[in-house]
Amino acid sequence: MGQTIETEGRFASAMRTDAPPAIVLADVNKWFGTLHVLRDINLSVATGERVVVCGPSGSGKSTMIRCINRLEQHQQGKIMVDGIELSDDLRSLDAIRREVGMVFQSFNLFPHLTVLENCTLAPIWVRRMPKKEAEDLAMEYLERVRIPEQAKKYPGQLSGGQQQRVAIARALCMKPKIMLFDEPTSALDPEMIKEVLDTMVMLAETGMTMICVTHEMGFARQVADRVVFMDRGEIVESGEPEALFSDPKTDRLRLFLSQILRGH
Amino acid sequence: MSDVTLNAATANPEAAPRTAPVVSTGPVAWLRANLFSSWINTAVSLVLAYLLIRWTIGFIDWAFINAIWTVPVQGNIPQTQACRELEGAGACWAVIGEKHRFILFGTYPYEEHWRPLLVCALFIALYVVSAMRRFWSWVLIPIWIGTLTVIGVLMWGGILGLSYVPQERWGGLPITLILSTFGLAFAFPLAVLVALGRRSKLPAIKMLCVLYVELVRGVPLISLLFMASVMFPLFLPEGMNIDKLLRAQVAITLFAGAYLAEVVRAGLQTLPRGQYEAADALGLSYWYKTGFIILPQALRLVIPPLVNTFIGFFKDTSLVLIIGIFDLLTAGKTAIVEPAWQGFGIEVYVFVGAIYLVFCFAMSKYSQDLERDLNQHRSR
Repeated sequence: MGQTIETEGRFASAMRTDAPPAIVLADVNKWFGTLHVLRDINLSVATGERVVVCGPSGSGKSTMIRCINRLEQHQQGKIMVDGIELSDDLRSLDAIRREVGMVFQSFNLFPHLTVLENCTLAPIWVRRMPKKEAEDLAMEYLERVRIPEQAKKYPGQLSGGQQQRVAIARALCMKPKIMLFDEPTSALDPEMIKEVLDTMVMLAETGMTMICVTHEMGFARQVADRVVFMDRGEIVESGEPEALFSDPKTDRLRLFLSQILRGH
Repeated sequence: MSDVTLNAATANPEAAPRTAPVVSTGPVAWLRANLFSSWINTAVSLVLAYLLIRWTIGFIDWAFINAIWTVPVQGNIPQTQACRELEGAGACWAVIGEKHRFILFGTYPYEEHWRPLLVCALFIALYVVSAMRRFWSWVLIPIWIGTLTVIGVLMWGGILGLSYVPQERWGGLPITLILSTFGLAFAFPLAVLVALGRRSKLPAIKMLCVLYVELVRGVPLISLLFMASVMFPLFLPEGMNIDKLLRAQVAITLFAGAYLAEVVRAGLQTLPRGQYEAADALGLSYWYKTGFIILPQALRLVIPPLVNTFIGFFKDTSLVLIIGIFDLLTAGKTAIVEPAWQGFGIEVYVFVGAIYLVFCFAMSKYSQDLERDLNQHRSR
């Protein structure tokens, strides 16, 4: 399939960029009460890089990416996004959230707004885009996720896969520099997973910086520049998908992979 | 699989298409199924039917057939002997004919009654316009301010050639409408702010809101009204006086605000956290998030309890009688103090009750429609 060549090419392109890293997490620690959910996380994501985060449930992977746009607050360490440090300063937080799009496991579309309104709300009120322009932009992205005909419907009238594609379009309408995916296919019926993954592959091909928490190993192999394996709040291993999956260095990853593969 | 079934169907004549089971519909079948399905059902149905018919006939007799609609007036004193001779067998609607203007407008100067009448019409027009969804925009704010100003001018007068009518002489339906309309118009935004405040991360704001709700909810409306009318003036400097109606208005607004705040908070709490997170992740500020995402959903969810509170509150305005304000109910009560009309309370209360019913039923009906229209996104 020529996958190795493709992977190398992508990896090289990610490495070539001399731009500062899009996301840096340095010695990040977080506790929920007494539970230590993130332990000394160090991760740097280059602009244009596509990182897949995997690991057993409860390993802190969702918490980690939710720290990146501060849906969760870390208690120790430093997180830099697009050159801005996350702090209590609300203005820097707004600036970061404008540049970071997020797709949730449970879609979280706004049920009282139409698909089109879901997509135009933030561009109009956060980006101060004229309404007409925002609508044109939204239609462009809805076409790209292949559901322009649903624009006037409410989210409740769509299937799960369609809703998740709307959620992706909604995030893209803010023209973010970075996209975070928090288990985007976990709540979907099997036959709908593919349509969402296809959309994400298409997005990856545009050179978007992406961090995806997912168990879809096929997707990881296809698009990821790097796979990060987390367990019990730590990053245990990371590396190119092929290398990581075929030659796990730690027992924890080996165990995880065997469970994942048995599941499929 | 399907082949087998098809073959079996053709091979076996007994499996040939059957007629559908007899579905009995129509009123007779409905009666049989719902009212006369067993002997005990039949007995209960018959007893209830008898009572219902007796009561209906009795009411029609009283309200229409035996009723007296007018009585002669001799030298300004209505002759109500005919009514008294009925001894309750028929209604004496003459009291309404004679006293309706007093019940509706209280002690407002008689020859100026067109002013409170116009005020009531303006209020109703305001409700109708506000209820129509195509007017739901910023246009409503100037419409409300304009209408309420005109209402104030009409009631008080003193300019534009209208004679001045002091607030003490206002009464009846305009008072009820003024108290409830201003009350709701201020209590509702207050309630939304307090409900949001109770969920605030800032401890001072949260404390303040909790304190307000618990304090106001913890005392009866009557004691609040007493405080407003009797105690509050004691705290004011000598010679300074705030209108009695205004004080009652403030008390009622604060009272309604506390209850509505809890209703709104219930709506806020039922929203899934994902909605807040999605709005945050898009970079929406607190007020955009609240205004576009949270409140529109939360308020739709609580339309039934909101309207419940509105209706209760509309009727609670009648409690202002204890501080001597002549609302609709008090005016009705006062109308039958006159010796000639003493003892005709039922007719007056039926009349006043019907007016309350019209307003409350309109609110209730409108809320049902609103609920259906606004929750269309939930149905597939």
